[in-house]
Amino acid sequence: MDIERQRSAPVYEALERFRKQRVVPFDVPGHKRGRGNPELVKLLGEQCVSLDVNSMKPLDNLCHPVSVIYEAEQLAADAFGAAHAYFMVGGTTSAVQSMILSACKAGDKIIMPRNVHRSAINALVLCGAEPVYVNPDVDNHIGIALGTETGQIRKAMDENPDAVAVLVNNPTYYGICSDLRSIVKLAHERGMLVLADEAHGTHLYFHEKLPVSAMEAGADMAAISMHKSGGSLTQSSLLLLNDTVNTRYVEQIINLTQTTSASYLLLSSLDISRRNLALRGRESFEKVSAMAEYARSEINSIGGYYAYGKDIVNGGSIFDYDVTKLSVYTRDMGLTGIEVYDLLRDEYDIQIEFGDIGNILAYISIGDRIQDIERLVGALEDIKRLYSKPVSRQHNAEYIAPIVAATPQKAFYSEKEMLPIRETAGRICGEFVMCYPPGIPILAPGEQITEEIISYILYAKEKGCSMQGPEDPEISKLNVLI
Amino acid sequence: MDFWFSEMHTSNVKMSIRVEKQLFSGTSDFQRIDVFDSPEFGRFVTSDGSVIFSEQDEFTYDEMIVHVPMAVHPNVRKVLVIGGGDGGVARELSHYDEIEQIIVVEPDEMFVNVCREFFPDNAKGLDDPRVSVINRDGLRVLRGKQDEYDLIINDSTDPFGHTAGLFTKEFYGSCFKALHEDGIMVYQHGSPFFDEDEEACRAMHRKAYKSFPISRVYQAHIPTCPSGYWLFGFASKKYHPLHDLDAARWNARGLKTWYYTTNLHTGAFMLPKYVEDLLEEEEGAEKR
Repeated sequence: MDIERQRSAPVYEALERFRKQRVVPFDVPGHKRGRGNPELVKLLGEQCVSLDVNSMKPLDNLCHPVSVIYEAEQLAADAFGAAHAYFMVGGTTSAVQSMILSACKAGDKIIMPRNVHRSAINALVLCGAEPVYVNPDVDNHIGIALGTETGQIRKAMDENPDAVAVLVNNPTYYGICSDLRSIVKLAHERGMLVLADEAHGTHLYFHEKLPVSAMEAGADMAAISMHKSGGSLTQSSLLLLNDTVNTRYVEQIINLTQTTSASYLLLSSLDISRRNLALRGRESFEKVSAMAEYARSEINSIGGYYAYGKDIVNGGSIFDYDVTKLSVYTRDMGLTGIEVYDLLRDEYDIQIEFGDIGNILAYISIGDRIQDIERLVGALEDIKRLYSKPVSRQHNAEYIAPIVAATPQKAFYSEKEMLPIRETAGRICGEFVMCYPPGIPILAPGEQITEEIISYILYAKEKGCSMQGPEDPEISKLNVLI
Repeated sequence: MDFWFSEMHTSNVKMSIRVEKQLFSGTSDFQRIDVFDSPEFGRFVTSDGSVIFSEQDEFTYDEMIVHVPMAVHPNVRKVLVIGGGDGGVARELSHYDEIEQIIVVEPDEMFVNVCREFFPDNAKGLDDPRVSVINRDGLRVLRGKQDEYDLIINDSTDPFGHTAGLFTKEFYGSCFKALHEDGIMVYQHGSPFFDEDEEACRAMHRKAYKSFPISRVYQAHIPTCPSGYWLFGFASKKYHPLHDLDAARWNARGLKTWYYTTNLHTGAFMLPKYVEDLLEEEEGAEKR
């Protein structure tokens, strides 16, 4: 990484130059620097709305970057150790989908762990590729899907030598990493591409003590949520490419679905955040790691909570752990993660990232201060004092192995009927069912419904998980294939 | 020279104090601290641009937050003061011979040092042999403490700044747990007058009312705070601030004060109707 070059921020600087020129706008957007919408200016501020401008020569164009956006993307590639980088304004969803659409065509097979984000399976609905799911290990105590064991991936590759790509979460929402270097080696020996969903891994590129990043491990493409640990605005992301991929083709794929009116608020936030990460990322993530480790040790000393860290690494399904994550197992207090999540918000004014059946995840970032950590720990202690209950029956199936009966695309477009959920066992599901967050499917289009899955959905619903996907928002009915 | 310090009490109301000179400015990990000399209020100290106290009115805070619980609780031995790094609260407490231990928790060491240098009259309270100063986060110190103190004084004033953690449900819960079965907690309750402050004031009462069996509010007039009108909270496990007031015992101590009297003690709990109403609304919200 060329630190001197990283000090510049071409998109940001172009916007500054443009602002000083005081150009009279006879183009879109119609609010014209906010003058046409004073209420919006009041909410967002003059500075913000005046940056909401259209693509034009001095500001380049995201659909075909040649000047300042192109330079900013090159700087991003250099900062992340990639051959190419693309600014994405449709969230990491668009980055994940661009990876999959670039790698697969209709009928191609792609190997992926089941605990992929919905965006990955949605990409299969779009392109007609067939998923080959690798079962992630499930930790029987904390009840979460882990990484993928290299042996399992090898087995899937050997059974499906015609697969064109492998998708890997690096890390998972909970901070768990698979052995990416070995997976890359196995895939490349067989001519398969490796696509990394690094929605939760931006920071891996900026600290040597954190798990290996996709580009460093030799993966072919990676989707990076800059807006999560990278500090940019919500909805802004990066797609990284190694020199093994045809950039022209990837650009065509991106432009199939990308807006032609990309927001300069998002683009400039990517540019500035990249600069910040390159110049100060290491120092920031050192601090974030220290805060997370402090929180872990304080939470574990309360008793009753289990804040796991590097201690769960097992060399296989938990090859490495991202210590900036703060996940806490709560069931030994007699409380589900979702119950603790609700208590923190409703009683203590603390919003955490999510709660699932057995765990909560608090997101620690460069914006946190130690006094906020003390609040979180203090609240968890108070919850123990006021709300803990005898340990109840464990429902330990956070992950249930799917039976793929049809491709997601075929199932999505098939004729369907709606049935009460209890009558759907044995049928093929026509839609998604998932807890959100983390947005990992319990059922995806094309999968067979079982009694076990039905009882898990009803249990998660009863415990107050926010369920999404089905046409029926109550999830008392499901669409199944006729 | 026309040299003024201004503080926005709301986005539409500004309080200004003519300044003679600025004596100190520094930024710690927690806040920006400034010290000024002024003709009207004497020397005053600000945190992130808000007045914390001035020489001319600090006696009100310190007396009201110390003497009110001390005139009620019959047997205070161990006191935890959160915030109060200036030493004013410790100074008032040091007048009571029966107190054995005063622990002052002030996370910001710079604030303590600035007060020692510029407000020696307050800071001398920290030199009493019964006083120990801990530079740690208040919530951190309280964590794991059980049945430990007779009196907890939360001397932090800002529910939005770096002391936000001291105005939360977990804080009141931690205090409840850390107090003996007849313990009292008093705290800065903010100002109820302006809309922005009213919501914070309501939230504090809601949380304290939920955490303690007895939770009453009392008032004082403090010129440098928003609208000049300030409230304190009295949260207690056993003693009622009025029924258990022992005026004769307190007056027999012969302490010299400028604001507090036992008559004023009773009067301070008699609140304006609009304040009574908003507090009752929060109590009602809990009962529903």
